[in-house]
Amino acid sequence: MSSPQQPPPRSTSRDLERYARLFASRTRVMTSSAMRDLMAITARPEVISLAGGLPDTSTFPPETFASVTAKIAEESCAKALQYGPTDGLDETKGCIAEVMAAEGMHADHEDMVVTTGGQQVIDLVTKTLIDPGDVIIAEGPTYPGAVPVFNAYQADVVQVDMDSDGMRVDLLEETLDSLEREGRKPKFIYTVPSFQNPAGVTMSLPRRRRLVEVANQRELLVLEDNPYGLLRYEGDPLPPLFALDGGVYVMYLGTFSKILSPGIRLGWVVAPPPVLEKINLGKQEADLCTSTLSQLMVQAYFEQADWRDYVGSLTEIYRSRRDSMLDALAEHFPREAEWTRPAGGLFIWATLPSYIDTTDLLARALRDNVAFVPGAAAFLDGRGHSSMRLNFSGCDEDRLREGIRRIGEVIKEQVALYSTLTGEVAAVKVEVPGTEIEGGRLVELPRRPARSRRAGGA
Amino acid sequence: MSRIAVLKGGRSLERQVSLRSGARVEDALERLGHDVVGIDVGPDLIRRLREEVPDAAFVALHGRNGEDGTVQELLEILGVPYTGSGVLACTRATDKVLTKHLLLEAGIPTPAFFAFTQTAFRELGAAEMLPAIAERLDFPIVVKPSGQGSALGIKFARTPEDVPAALVAAFSYDARVLLERHVEGRDLAVSVLDGAGGPEALPVVEAVPREEDFYDFEARYEIGRTGFICPAELAPGTTERAQGLALACHRLLGCYAFSRVDLMLDRHGELYVLEANPIPGLTDTSLLPQAAEAGGIDFDQLVGRILELALERAAGAPA
Repeated sequence: MSSPQQPPPRSTSRDLERYARLFASRTRVMTSSAMRDLMAITARPEVISLAGGLPDTSTFPPETFASVTAKIAEESCAKALQYGPTDGLDETKGCIAEVMAAEGMHADHEDMVVTTGGQQVIDLVTKTLIDPGDVIIAEGPTYPGAVPVFNAYQADVVQVDMDSDGMRVDLLEETLDSLEREGRKPKFIYTVPSFQNPAGVTMSLPRRRRLVEVANQRELLVLEDNPYGLLRYEGDPLPPLFALDGGVYVMYLGTFSKILSPGIRLGWVVAPPPVLEKINLGKQEADLCTSTLSQLMVQAYFEQADWRDYVGSLTEIYRSRRDSMLDALAEHFPREAEWTRPAGGLFIWATLPSYIDTTDLLARALRDNVAFVPGAAAFLDGRGHSSMRLNFSGCDEDRLREGIRRIGEVIKEQVALYSTLTGEVAAVKVEVPGTEIEGGRLVELPRRPARSRRAGGA
Repeated sequence: MSRIAVLKGGRSLERQVSLRSGARVEDALERLGHDVVGIDVGPDLIRRLREEVPDAAFVALHGRNGEDGTVQELLEILGVPYTGSGVLACTRATDKVLTKHLLLEAGIPTPAFFAFTQTAFRELGAAEMLPAIAERLDFPIVVKPSGQGSALGIKFARTPEDVPAALVAAFSYDARVLLERHVEGRDLAVSVLDGAGGPEALPVVEAVPREEDFYDFEARYEIGRTGFICPAELAPGTTERAQGLALACHRLLGCYAFSRVDLMLDRHGELYVLEANPIPGLTDTSLLPQAAEAGGIDFDQLVGRILELALERAAGAPA
């Protein structure tokens, strides 16, 4: 049969069924969303996006970048282009040890695995510990990027409320007790203790101590996610949970994303040896090893420059941006709004009256070319609809102020409309300065049954 | 072989859905042997169309600007033949309030409703009417923006206290909103495709949400979240009635080539038209392609037919 046969025409029929029936059941919870579609529009250049979690990489000196890459080309070209060990290069681990020491932690090289960004740590830890239906405890709100990971492994996530001192460890204990009565025990507790994403609050030292005690007494693992610990703009540093616990029950997630570059995709995990061994196997299966080139860039950079200087310069820039955003919030947000005052990190969490849904508000705000992350993205239990996460690291101060002004206008419009609809006197008064905000301010989280209508302030 | 510009994306809130529709249409047009140019619609649209000089434009846009007659008007002025309904039908169909008034006038059943602009509340004291409206519609009621294509901004008000917040949400998307009696029942969609003998209704699709109590935006565009039954298993006569209503709606609004009409079937077997979509989704999870397939028309044939109709209209149009 030498005559060339026409390949059968590719049928387009039943596209949906053809692929959908091949999907694993976990994809049922790996979902896109209206919010994701809205967020896609925020990437347009004319939009002032306070939505991302982007560090300002334009602050990194290009000449340093050039000399770092030149050094690699001269000294370790073949190695940089080659595979590396799954757990990471020893040279990189030396840099990691240095960063951890800066926050009072000590970790041995054999207790670390270098990962492809901090995000991979969340994935690997969840993969290692979670069977479908297993419980993870997280803060409410929690890091929006952890939500799809927990979903993909079909975890049952229980979120514990926070206040200005971070996770309410008393509520955590109550939650653990009530889970225990159901015969359930969480596999791990996920927390961002310092300058939490998205709430911006920091766990107090007594709560840190208590959390470590609880983990020890109840034999629970904690995943401490600490991307921003070194980005502190005021106050004294607090010891990481890992330092308090010594790495017995606390697994530590670190990253170079916020102190150097997210583009190099370099993070790490420190965990007890039996857990780390499984994480290592999981990593091998996921991507064999983290980019050798990135790892050598970090090493070369640490040799050539003082990384602390760069973190110091970032701290100056971000402190000033945080202050600008706080000023703008006080000036432009109506008195019905409240927000946190972070002592570090990248985010402010603002909460609006319960009758405003921030996903819908985002659709309205996008018409005025400004964006934020709707609070619902930080919850798995349907809360957060009246809150928003605002990032202050990614834009310069003029754009930050203008972005907050535009969001403030849209909120005021909705507050006034609601007042009109309910026949209540509009409570918006532009000339009233923002509510006085202090470090001890509560993170107000929306509660589902809440329907707090405010009488007019006139 | 023709040179076809596929218009997709744009600034509408349904940008992502449109990009998916557009990509799928581009593939189909290429398989049909056409020279395809994808255009992500933006401020350079006119310049791009003038540069590319396409024989026709396949409009795979959804929502504001793409589906409401705006782009169609521009294409008319440029003299570029384009797919789907013309300016008038797009203008009518994307305005839910106008559509519902036309339906009522034509005797096509649609759920009872009231519509308001923000101005009515701000300047005419319409808020005082809310209790009376609530009484006349019965709870729960559905509150939705008049001009938003997908389920974005649609809220249920279960009690009178829910209404103001639902209105605030709906007004985030449009200056006009409608409050509509909620018809509890089965969610049906009937797609209409023009053929040699005039418009024909395709098999009825039923959308069955797997978890949510409401077929929401998420469920609408995600593989696996919603179960689709096509042809829908309906009582004798119901399919024909649903198809008849869809055809009547398609003709009433003056839709051309294709459209999708969404209906509710209540417990008593009554059908109600909710809305008509002049450019229904063409993604993998969209209802029109599923219905066409159930009617023996695969995606390539569907796209080919829609394009032919565009060229026919242009050829037959008076100079």
